[in-house]
Amino acid sequence: MYTTLKIGIDADGIATITIDVPDRPMNVFTPALTADLGAAITALGADASVRGVLITSGKSSFIAGADIKDIASAYDRGIAPTVAYQWSQTLSQTFRRLETIGKPVAAAINGVALGGGLELALACHYRVLADDAKAVVGLPEVKIGLLPGAGGTARVPRLIGIAAAAKLMTDGSSVTPAEALRMGLVHELAPRGEVASRARAWLMGKPEAMAPWDRKGFRIPGGAGLTNAAIAQTFSIGTALITKSAGRNYPAPGEILSALYEGTTVPFELALKLESKHFARLLTGAVARNLMRTLFLHKGELDKLSRRPPGEPKVELKRLGILGAGMMGAGIAHVAALAGVEVVLIDATDGQAVRGKAHAERQLARDVEKGRRSAESAAQVLARITATSDYAGLAGCELVVEAVFEDRAVKAEVTRRALQVMSKDAVFASNTSTLPISGLAAASPRPAQFIGIHFFSPVERMPLVEIILGKKTRPATLARALDFVGLLKKTPIVVNDSRGFYTTRVFGAYCHEGQAMLAEGVDPALIENAGRLAGMPVGPLAVTDEVSLELQYRATRQAMEDLGERFVPPVSMPVLTHFVEDLQRLGRKSGGGFYDYPADGPKRLWTGLAQHYPRAPVQPSVEQVKQRLLHIQALEAARCYEEGVVTTAAEADVGSILGIGFPAWTGGTLSYIDTLGVARFVGDCEKLSRTVGRRFKPPRGLKARATSDTPFHPRPATGDAA
Amino acid sequence: MTDAYIYDHLRTPRGRGRADGALHEVPAIALASQTLAALRDRNGLDTRAIDDVILGCVSPIGDQGSAIGRVAALNAGFDDSVAGYQLNRFCASGLEAINSGAAQIMSGQADAVIAGGVESMSRVPIAADGGAWYGDPTVARQVYFVPQGIGADLIATLDGYTRTDVDTFALESQRRAAAAMADGRFAASLVPVRDVIGEVLLARDEHPRPATTLADLGALKPAFLQAGEEGGFAAVAMQRYPSVEAIRYVHTAGNSSGIVDGAAAVLLGSKSAGKRLGRAPRARIRAFASIGSEPTIMLTGPALATHKLLKRARMSLADIDLFEVNEAFAAVVMRFMRETGVPHDKVNVNGGAIAFGHPLGATGAMILGMAVDELERRNLGTALITLCVGAGMGTATIIERV
Repeated sequence: MYTTLKIGIDADGIATITIDVPDRPMNVFTPALTADLGAAITALGADASVRGVLITSGKSSFIAGADIKDIASAYDRGIAPTVAYQWSQTLSQTFRRLETIGKPVAAAINGVALGGGLELALACHYRVLADDAKAVVGLPEVKIGLLPGAGGTARVPRLIGIAAAAKLMTDGSSVTPAEALRMGLVHELAPRGEVASRARAWLMGKPEAMAPWDRKGFRIPGGAGLTNAAIAQTFSIGTALITKSAGRNYPAPGEILSALYEGTTVPFELALKLESKHFARLLTGAVARNLMRTLFLHKGELDKLSRRPPGEPKVELKRLGILGAGMMGAGIAHVAALAGVEVVLIDATDGQAVRGKAHAERQLARDVEKGRRSAESAAQVLARITATSDYAGLAGCELVVEAVFEDRAVKAEVTRRALQVMSKDAVFASNTSTLPISGLAAASPRPAQFIGIHFFSPVERMPLVEIILGKKTRPATLARALDFVGLLKKTPIVVNDSRGFYTTRVFGAYCHEGQAMLAEGVDPALIENAGRLAGMPVGPLAVTDEVSLELQYRATRQAMEDLGERFVPPVSMPVLTHFVEDLQRLGRKSGGGFYDYPADGPKRLWTGLAQHYPRAPVQPSVEQVKQRLLHIQALEAARCYEEGVVTTAAEADVGSILGIGFPAWTGGTLSYIDTLGVARFVGDCEKLSRTVGRRFKPPRGLKARATSDTPFHPRPATGDAA
Repeated sequence: MTDAYIYDHLRTPRGRGRADGALHEVPAIALASQTLAALRDRNGLDTRAIDDVILGCVSPIGDQGSAIGRVAALNAGFDDSVAGYQLNRFCASGLEAINSGAAQIMSGQADAVIAGGVESMSRVPIAADGGAWYGDPTVARQVYFVPQGIGADLIATLDGYTRTDVDTFALESQRRAAAAMADGRFAASLVPVRDVIGEVLLARDEHPRPATTLADLGALKPAFLQAGEEGGFAAVAMQRYPSVEAIRYVHTAGNSSGIVDGAAAVLLGSKSAGKRLGRAPRARIRAFASIGSEPTIMLTGPALATHKLLKRARMSLADIDLFEVNEAFAAVVMRFMRETGVPHDKVNVNGGAIAFGHPLGATGAMILGMAVDELERRNLGTALITLCVGAGMGTATIIERV
């Protein structure tokens, strides 16, 4: 009768519900589980022989949340707010029926309990959590643009107070068992094998079958309502901090605060309904869809190496060669050593190579200092890196990554030297961020085994790797590169060759547009604030300072040399040239660029900007600046797609968010176009093309999409919207 | 239309709004009742002639709750027939009470009204009444709420006022206040506040620091840096003002209005009511107006209200002899002077709330009273009283001597 759970009733009248959703590595709430749970509650409530209910999981985790695939499609199916409300209420009211079943209910939380899993436990009268580092609990819904819609915003503040509840839910981060106990989210910790027996022991003690908030005279710990100054401040500052950290692009944290505020001023049952209404507002918005689709579904597929050519045998990567022990080479060496790979880190001199290794040494020492790693383990990792100037060490490497200076001649030289030593079946990869791979592959007699593996800086923190196929790269080479990325637990996208590939082209468009506006006389503070308000991590001028104007200038010069008459100067060319050639303000590392970097305070826009680029008397609105900064990037992504540089919308989206910080709320560059509507986007671009510059002219394929109303992400078949 | 006249006014001295302030033991009701009783007694009023008692109060909760205008009148021994109510236009409440009373008289719906305000900030802290404005997340987000101090610092940022600029302004407020007190200019309008056994607790303003120096002021810490940076409010302000690179935190406890306790009451009436009461009018309420302005910067209302009011009254800035512009923060008055071009020697000539403190609901009535007295002392004709108001408003009133 039940497909997702089993019920056993023992001689003492304790009914154990063991949740075990078939064909899933972890339990998640599916419609079947919700239905089974509802039926079980009805049956056990009516069964007079049952005196207590114990809920646990048949898997190593408890319940990891809801089935995102199911939720993510709701928006595209055109779900109505009332339907979304009902959807949330179905699970919420099921939990409420459990809570008011009239018999004591205990949760034996044997492992991870997230989202709906924790909400189920919160609806139990007693919670025993496994005292196991892996058994974290939390309400991460905010990360997918939603809020806990099964009683979380109603129960957590009543359990631990509004301020702690707000933090738990707006952060969305998980807490350890010890922390959960300290906060009061659970009643007891027990060894994993004993959670059920301890929960059972509580049930046998004839406890009261009532949640605290159902008792007469219950008060929310710490108080509620706005005449409580601390509570008013929690909501006031909480709202400001949310807009500070997330801007105004992410509705979920605000809806969570609203659900908490409204829900703590009314009786519990009404709080559950209000929560479902706020949930409905989020589920019917595009941002939740965008976050779920790109950062969970599409990223998840790429993480599983969905682009790996089928049938290519897996070659275990034991030894990795790295040419160039600068910032990128040193970072790659560090992450590869962490993943268990032996690394040969080569630079022109032993001293330079050792300096590169010192980077890993520093990072590992910090890990040890902060207690994230034992000294012994750090020493083991470090021992995997051999720093040398001797190319002979490359002999046994399955893969060699070149990360030397972005100069064709230098790259060709090290490539030739490495290939002399490397085995014939080894793969050679370049970590270039701009130079076309097919051109670099000309330095190799085996271009089929040549590929681009573009890491982002800092290597340790940046989750994306952009893999670039040269014209002659063969599938086995791609497979080996992807396996390497998989080993590092980073997310790969695979693109075809082009100057700047995909991510650098899109990123460049952002930087160029910022500089173009500066040249037009747009207030630089407005440019920078607009970039951040749009959701970019930093403004276009600040980020150009970070990567250095000199680097962008040099890449532009290189393109000019390579392309000759076909070279189209980027719109930023006059500003870059003026800063590099005339002003010698090269960027942050060189002491200043668009910003000054005083030793005793935060960076400030260079006061000389106003003199070199006088403010225009009429300034654009912040919305216009935001639109230019996001549209130009999305447009470049659409061009890349049309040119076949990036071949799937999923990779364009994931790559833009993880690689260059395109705002997650959009779902990525092409998702941004879909979210606005292709026709509207094309209309905007045509207008910008007339008013701002021809660079906004939409390409033909994009216009065809607008005409035929074809989004980049196909709409799911419309069915019933629940 | 009937003219509304000012027959008399009184106010309590302002006590520091802290637990060790002189008036902390006195609840707001007593501050208000003593002031009402003193106004009645000085003018020999038969309170049956008073139609209404209107008191501004910004945190009308707890001690200050329950329509304090009515209850203060009853507590002061006014006749049962005198109606009363409380109103709240934030910091302009005291002036708005006068404007409302004048409106009743001008429209012929009342003959005599006592209007003023009260606030015991030491007993009922600012924001004790809560409010959706800042506490309801949906609303706070929608209206880009930031605390007033951030708005003041935003004005300073946009106008380019340095810390020295605002401290210099504050020092001048203290200097003027000290000179006025030394000269006894307020003596005739102050009601000493008494305790329950009749002893005087406070007879002169407690908050001014006549000995303060620019160096003293310069040593104070910015008051709103923490709220701006750690509380996230600077980010909210910059979302509304995206051409601001960084907020300049120049306001401190020394160049912002002080937190104090106090009450004030003004006797208003028609010409015929004055005759019946046997009192001569001291000034006429010529016109008044309120405006709404951008709520995040919040405090730019005085100049806007002034312009609207002058236009309605068919007057110009040159027609006004003296200005009272509430010194909520130094930058508020500096912005007013910059926008209107009114010279500092016509503005807050006896100092302002930076020196005396700002008992929220009462201040509007207090500075109107100060303007009446100063017009008489200088033998001048007209004054304009204006205050910046929370949530982005401004209220202004023009009075003229008769």
